[in-house]
Parts: sequence; C-alpha cells; structure tokens
Amino acid sequence: MSVISEANRTKNMKQSDGMIRSSSTRMGDWIIALICLLVMFVCLLPMLNVLARSLSDADKVMRNEVFLWPKGWNLIAYRTILGNAKYIHSIWYTAVLTVGCTLLSLFMTICCAYPLTYDQLRGGKVINALILFTMYFSAGTIPHYLLMRNLNMLDTVWCLVIPSCISVYNMIVMRSFFYGIPESLREAAEIDGAGPIRTLVQIYLPLSLPVIATLALFYAVGRWNGFSDALLYVKKEELFPIQLYLYYVLQNSTQQEIATQEGFATPGLGETVKMATVMFATVPILLVYPWLQRYFIAGMTIGAVKG
Amino acid sequence: MSNKTSAPQVKAGKMSWKIYLRRYGTLYLLLLLPIIFFLVFRYYPMQWIALAFKKNNIIQPLWQVDWVGFQWFQRAFQTKAFLNSLKNTITLNLMDLVCGFPAPILLALLLNELTFKRFKKLTQTVLYLPHFLSWIIISGLATRLLADNDGLLNMVFKQMTGNSQSVIPFLSNPSYWRWTYIVLGIWKEAGWGTIIYLAALTNISPELYEAAAVDGAGRFRRIWHVTLPGLRPTIITLLIMRMGYILGSEFDRPLAMSNKLVTDVSQLISIYVYEQGIQGLKYSLTTAVGLFQSVVAVIFIVATNSLAKRMGERGIM
Repeated sequence: MSVISEANRTKNMKQSDGMIRSSSTRMGDWIIALICLLVMFVCLLPMLNVLARSLSDADKVMRNEVFLWPKGWNLIAYRTILGNAKYIHSIWYTAVLTVGCTLLSLFMTICCAYPLTYDQLRGGKVINALILFTMYFSAGTIPHYLLMRNLNMLDTVWCLVIPSCISVYNMIVMRSFFYGIPESLREAAEIDGAGPIRTLVQIYLPLSLPVIATLALFYAVGRWNGFSDALLYVKKEELFPIQLYLYYVLQNSTQQEIATQEGFATPGLGETVKMATVMFATVPILLVYPWLQRYFIAGMTIGAVKG
Repeated sequence: MSNKTSAPQVKAGKMSWKIYLRRYGTLYLLLLLPIIFFLVFRYYPMQWIALAFKKNNIIQPLWQVDWVGFQWFQRAFQTKAFLNSLKNTITLNLMDLVCGFPAPILLALLLNELTFKRFKKLTQTVLYLPHFLSWIIISGLATRLLADNDGLLNMVFKQMTGNSQSVIPFLSNPSYWRWTYIVLGIWKEAGWGTIIYLAALTNISPELYEAAAVDGAGRFRRIWHVTLPGLRPTIITLLIMRMGYILGSEFDRPLAMSNKLVTDVSQLISIYVYEQGIQGLKYSLTTAVGLFQSVVAVIFIVATNSLAKRMGERGIM
C-alpha cells in the first residue's frame, strides 16, 4: 500500500538527515525520549495503582500503604471473584454477548458496505444519503427508548444487540477499504461468471482481513465497554453487562467514600475485590489490542481520509 | 471514490432492468437487512419527535395526541435545571475543545520527533491503552488516584507537605472537578487521536524537511514551517467534526465521573434527559430538549463546513 512506501521514504529521509545531525540535536532526541517516557508513565500510573491494590493485603490497602507496588502479595481478591457466581455470570454473559454482537455487526456492516461500492447499483446514491443522514441527525434518546418499548424489546437481550449493530462510521471504513481493492479483480471475476456474492466471499473478504480485524476490535470494545444502553433499556440484573455491574459496584464505593468523609459509615470493605473486578473487566481488551495495532492504525487512517 | 473506471457504469446505465437485476439483483439482497435496520431503528423512531410538539402522553396512539406547539421548548428554557445543564454542557465542551483538541496534535508532533524506532512503537502502544478503557473503569481508576483521603496523589502530596489536612479536592470541589473531567478526557483520547495526525504526517514530502535542513532550520522551525502546515487539512477536518458536538453530550463520561458533591456542574443535557425523561416520565419535555440538541448539532456542522469551504479547505460534506 502507498502508506507503507511513504513510511519508507520518511525512514530514508530520517537516515540521510542523521548524517547532518549536530550533537545538540542528539541531545534534543534524548530529551524527547525522556518526555515520551514520562507520558507513558502517566498513561500507566492509574492501571498500576489498581493492579497493586488488587494484589495487596486488604488491611494494607485500607491503611493507604499501597502505591505502585503490591504490599502483602496475595490472590485472595481474585479468588473471591472466581468464587462469586454473580461475577462469573456477569463476565461470561458479557463475553458471549460481545462475541455475538461483534459477529452480527460485522455481518451487517459487510452486507451494507459491499453493495455500495458498486457504481452500477441503481438507487445507490439515495441509499447512501439515507444512511449518512443518520450519522448527523438522530431522533434522540426518548424516541429510541419509546421504540424499544413499542417493539417489546425492553428488558430483553435484543435491546443490547440490535439497535447498535451497524455503526455508520465503521461502515464507511469498510467501504473505503473495499474501494481500495482494484476493480479489475472484480471485473475478472464477473467475466468468469461469478455473481456479486461470490465475488465478495472469494475475493473481497480474503483481501479485507486487516480491516475486518480492526472493525471486530472496534465493535467488540464498544460492546464490552458499553453500558448506557443497558442502563436505559434493562432492569433485570441478569442482563446487566459487566460495565453496568461494575458501575453499581463502584458507585456504591464512591458514595461510601463521601459518607466516610462526612464522618459516618464504616470505610468500604472489599476494596481489593473491587480493584480485582476492574482488572477482570480490563484485561481481556488489554491482551488483544496490541496485536491488532498495525491493523487498527490502518483502519483509522482509511476512515479519516474518506470520512 | 473518484478514480474508478467509468466503462462498466455506462454499460450498466444502458442495461435493461431485466438484465440488470439478473446480474446485480443479489446486491439488493445483501442490502435488505441493513436497509431494514436503518428504516426501523433510525428512521421509524423519528415519528416520536412529534412528541416534542404534543401533550405528554404515550398511552394513546401518537396521532391522537393533541398538538401543543412550542410549549415544551418554552417550558425547558424556563426550567432552572435544564438551563443549568445547558450551561454545563457548553462550558465543558468549550474547555474540551480548547484543551482537548490540541492535545493529540502536540503529542503527534512529539512522537514524530522521536527517532528511536522501537521505543516509538512501544510508546504508541502504551498511549493507545487508555482509549480501550470504559468510563466506568476510568472513574474507578480516578477515584483511587485522586480521592481526597486515600487517593494516591493526595497521599503523596500529604507526605511531601507533611500536613495531613492539605489535600487537593480533585473530585469533591466543583471547579476542580471540571478540570479533572477535562484532563481525564485528554488522558483517555489524546493518544488515540494521534493516529490520524501521524498518518497525515507520513504524507508530508521528505524533500520539504531536507530543504528546511539545508536552509539551517532547527527542530522547532521545522515543526512550525513544515510539519504543522502539512497537518492543516487534517486539523480543519477534525475541527469541523468536533464543532458538531458543541452541544452534544456524552452519556457514559459524565455519568461515571459524577458524584454527589459536584452534581451542580456535572449535570449535562444527556443526564438531564435520562433523569427527567426515562426516570421522571417527562417524555415530551425531554424529546423537545433532545430535538433542540440534534438541530443545533446539524446547524453547527453545516455552518463550520461551509465556513471551512469558503476559507478554501476541503470540508467533510
């Protein structure tokens, strides 16, 4: 892709540039590296703090002795979580929900994006405008709530799956990637007698794995981290995704903290358990995203250029 | 979108419907579900926008409910709670625009100057991390870091000053809370925001840098005269998109970050709609508020877009 050759050119430029570098720019390079190190530390600091708290002795956490390194190493908090049926249910349920939503979203997004890349598609412009309009103008919270109510979808799992199943932005990213695939490939397939669906499955999809991976990440993160739809549409506790569950767990603790400040109520118990829950809700994403970095950078860039 | 061969298009244009459908009919089959989705879940709910101009009644069929004109809009603008949430929304969004918008640009400039390749990649990976955390998680992290009594920063601060009474009320004082809210937003999204700028930077011709170096331009002059002008179109495009959100209000972020001591400044329009509409059953009033918000967003986007075009930029529409 052209982006890569551009990157190479920049690299070559940097190398030739290096020959005329003076010692003062060397110095500058190190200062910049140092600033970056500082920025990285700021990014990681809160996570390290929570990790340390989750691995520490509960008493030491209560006495505010834990900073960035666990004191009184133990896994009690994690064991407590693994022994709590509610936590386990919530995490499993959210994992299954996330996988299901991601698959459905990818399917719908591909079905939507692919036909729109055909110039021959009659009515394509109208459909395109119809879809783009929804990106700029939305009916609003209450009408969407009333829709769920009218469709009897409140308090079902479907209200967490269907209303958010196509993101227009992601659809544009997908479509832009399809546009980047040489049309001669499609024409060749057409001459060989392949219909649009066969062309999609046998030629377009195999070439689009990077962008599919990116969008899968976006959709999965959106579902795993999302909770506002659940807050609006769901009252049954067993349908709470992990983030909403966590919201109530943590909300509880902040209220307790304020109460403690005002001098009544005993300080919150199970602080380490709460921190372990936070880790549990975060770690799946943290394990996945670095491997997809190359892809989502490309995906974001495509979206920005064509958006 | 433009560099496509036009030959098949001409052919398709001349094709009879029968042949066209036989060859391309399956495309509509693929589009069927997405179109149903957009019609049912994006357009169909728009009928309830009418509720903004009708009596607050969702028991009767919508078309039977009496019209009341702009009564709900007037009511909203006479309600203190709404005006307060409007003020908070604009304040926080402006602060976000002024502080949050330049942050990824500065960070991208910093990363662009970083010469150690492996280290640069590692830095990027770490910088992208906060983007993948939900606001719930972040509020949990923030409480541990910034709380008055047992927050990490205040603990360090107390040890440094030796005074157990001196704390910085990051989360409990309204005006401090505002800045905490903004800074956490930057913390979450600045790193992610660099992706687009870094991509734009690879399109700047290396000859420009070479020429600047030959002319004896130092690091800062190179940034000012080559890098920043190269980023200009990207900056403008993102600024336009951002303008649409001047009245927009996130839901997750204020909900997760708010606490009882700061509701005066943390109540945004989205939260107002949730509390008054869904919890308080004032559907008409909050639909009116939502409509106001959507219309202002569209006006702002269209206005900034045409302004940018008049100034000779590319625009987004």
